[in-house]
Amino acid sequence: MGLTGLEIFKRLPKTNCKDCGQPTCLAFAMAMAAGKAGLDQCPHVSDEAKEALGAASAPPVALVKIGTGEKQWELGNETVLFRHDKRFEHPTAIAISVSDTMSADEISAKVAKINKLVFDRVGQTHSVNLVAVENASGEADKFAAAVKVAFDNTELPLLLISEDTAAMEKALEVAGSKKPVICGATAANYEAMTALAKKYDTALVVKGTNLSELADLSEKVIALGHKQLLLDSGAREVNKVLADQTQIRRQALKRFRPFGYPTIAFVTSTDPFQSVVDAGIYITKYAGLMVMSSADPADILPLVTLRLNIYTDPQKPIAVESKIYEIGTPGADAPVFVTTNFSLTYFCVAGDVESARVPGYILPVDTDGISVLTGWAAGKFTPEKITEMLQGCGIADKVNHRKVIIPGGVAVLSGKLQELSGWEVLVGPRESAGIASFLKQRWSA
Amino acid sequence: MPVTIAKERWTSKVGELVLGTEPNTVKIGGESTLPFLHFEGEMPNRPQVALEVWDMEPAGWPEILTAPYAGVLNDPVAWAKKCVEYGADLVCLTMISAHPDNKNTSPAECAKTAKAVADAVDVPLIILGCGVEEKDAQVLEAVAEALAGKNCLLGCATPENYKTITAACMVHGHNIIASSPLDINLEKQLNILITEMNLSADRIVIDPSVGALGYGIEYAYSIMERTRIGALTGDKMMAMPVICLVGQEVWKTKEAKSSAEEAPEWGEQAKRAILWEVITSATFAQAGGSLFVMRHPDSLKQFRVHIDKMMESNAY
Repeated sequence: MGLTGLEIFKRLPKTNCKDCGQPTCLAFAMAMAAGKAGLDQCPHVSDEAKEALGAASAPPVALVKIGTGEKQWELGNETVLFRHDKRFEHPTAIAISVSDTMSADEISAKVAKINKLVFDRVGQTHSVNLVAVENASGEADKFAAAVKVAFDNTELPLLLISEDTAAMEKALEVAGSKKPVICGATAANYEAMTALAKKYDTALVVKGTNLSELADLSEKVIALGHKQLLLDSGAREVNKVLADQTQIRRQALKRFRPFGYPTIAFVTSTDPFQSVVDAGIYITKYAGLMVMSSADPADILPLVTLRLNIYTDPQKPIAVESKIYEIGTPGADAPVFVTTNFSLTYFCVAGDVESARVPGYILPVDTDGISVLTGWAAGKFTPEKITEMLQGCGIADKVNHRKVIIPGGVAVLSGKLQELSGWEVLVGPRESAGIASFLKQRWSA
Repeated sequence: MPVTIAKERWTSKVGELVLGTEPNTVKIGGESTLPFLHFEGEMPNRPQVALEVWDMEPAGWPEILTAPYAGVLNDPVAWAKKCVEYGADLVCLTMISAHPDNKNTSPAECAKTAKAVADAVDVPLIILGCGVEEKDAQVLEAVAEALAGKNCLLGCATPENYKTITAACMVHGHNIIASSPLDINLEKQLNILITEMNLSADRIVIDPSVGALGYGIEYAYSIMERTRIGALTGDKMMAMPVICLVGQEVWKTKEAKSSAEEAPEWGEQAKRAILWEVITSATFAQAGGSLFVMRHPDSLKQFRVHIDKMMESNAY
């Protein structure tokens, strides 16, 4: 899998000119091996080397782009089975379906609901990515009409689900300009579907009834010259989808080319709870695109959250914004806690302050998203930085006392911090779970 | 083109552990494959679920969580029976009142409660302390004695208090939960320390200190994946079943606690809160959790249905 840094280094010009943004050619080679730099960043590399490195360093799972413009979403480029081996690159696209058996009003109402599935998580917005239109009626005109309603009512890319090439052709006349995903090609219709996908230069779902048939079909479509593919092994039960998804990813990593594409998974359970749980499994286990029918925010919020968590880079901690956070509705006597802006640290403290049922202020100091003890060891959680936060964020105007509570793990900072900031420093417990009892025993404004 | 199925050849497996006494035992662990990949190994025991019982009436639980336990929340015995009625495989009795900030209940008093619960239900018991390490050592020592021979699961042991709890488990025939703060090295180290006291490795359950969905779930997820891979590749000090204390984390989150009026953009609370607990659990089941401690009976029910589906073979 992939090339090592040394193998790449051998082919580089070894000028150490820094034009690529890295200090040395070796550093650039290491960055490339880690997938953090591309060969095109080096202006001096020879064509011959480019070819050798390009082929060998091509990702085992192809990158496929869906839709156009701002709402475009990228899938694939994955290189590992476990997120801790490196990271998962491109979050699973979530598609919500409407059916062409619904009336135009019903479709536009549901699409409006889908458009609103946007949530704020850790200071970023996260939303669903596609509207899927199903040709459940089996009629080409109804399908085209439904696609038109969806197309007119959303900015999101579309996923067109029909195995009837005539229906697909009509739908593409309506929506082809925004590169909808065509779903899709089967053993029976793949030639015509591939021609349509090529004509509109868009992604095509290839569906087999099992892994072997999928590999066959995928090869045939590639041979026709289309390489923007999504794979569907035909599995619909959650335990079988898990097995097939695992196989497709494993084989792709072994450079089995027919499986070197992102996958699509369909949630078919009609149980309102189980369908969401199934969807969660698909997000965790390698699906590039996942299709479900519920547009209920109570169903989508946990899935969007799960996707964000699983696709977080394990090497790059998520940070919360460094500002004043109010827990409950704190007044002028409320306690003030200092912590770091590592999201996990912040949420631990926030959760424990909340469960202590004493309203308070939390000030996460910007440590580039590292934890209290790591920040302290790295010189990023210092009396100077904390003082800067206390004086710069406006907390002094919100409280009438001048007491700040610091984590017990960095008790050693208290003297210097008191001196620099002029605030009285209380040393809190080592673990935030002790905040409730600390407040009971020690806090009075 | 026939596709050759890619199967890993794992050399080892997770240890199997039995809780409770005949005929009411529960078995966990024993997996010789990654979770639910039945095509390359065995998963002899399905993930098991405990419901949590407190030894005092909980304050701050949302109404949706207290409603199914209405009338029994101040009676641990009746509460435990209710959990069994709801279909719990085990009951997890948490000695929350022993906390110095709560009632500071004495170890002897805790032991009495534990005995009463053990006598009232047939299912195996998990007994958790209040989280204050020093106090838990005293409480669990007394509980271990009172429940001698019942083959319970006691925790959580940490590097600060494992010696007392390990000794109590050895003398009175119980199993231990070894708890580490989201750190695979500390996890392994504690298991070594405990086995060095001669408690056999197949009587230890790992608690990786899971976080809830949205609150650090990915850290515990990856640690559990690495633990499972360690077990399958022959690391004996990582080959223990993993317990996920899911309920206590999930029911702290805003997403589970806020009503639809407080958070209109998040939809119905009843559905959202249950999904939060089930999806957190299902995600950890994918990473290798064997024992789940939950709070809401509906979560238990939905998680069960999900596990039923995942336990069906997907062999090729």
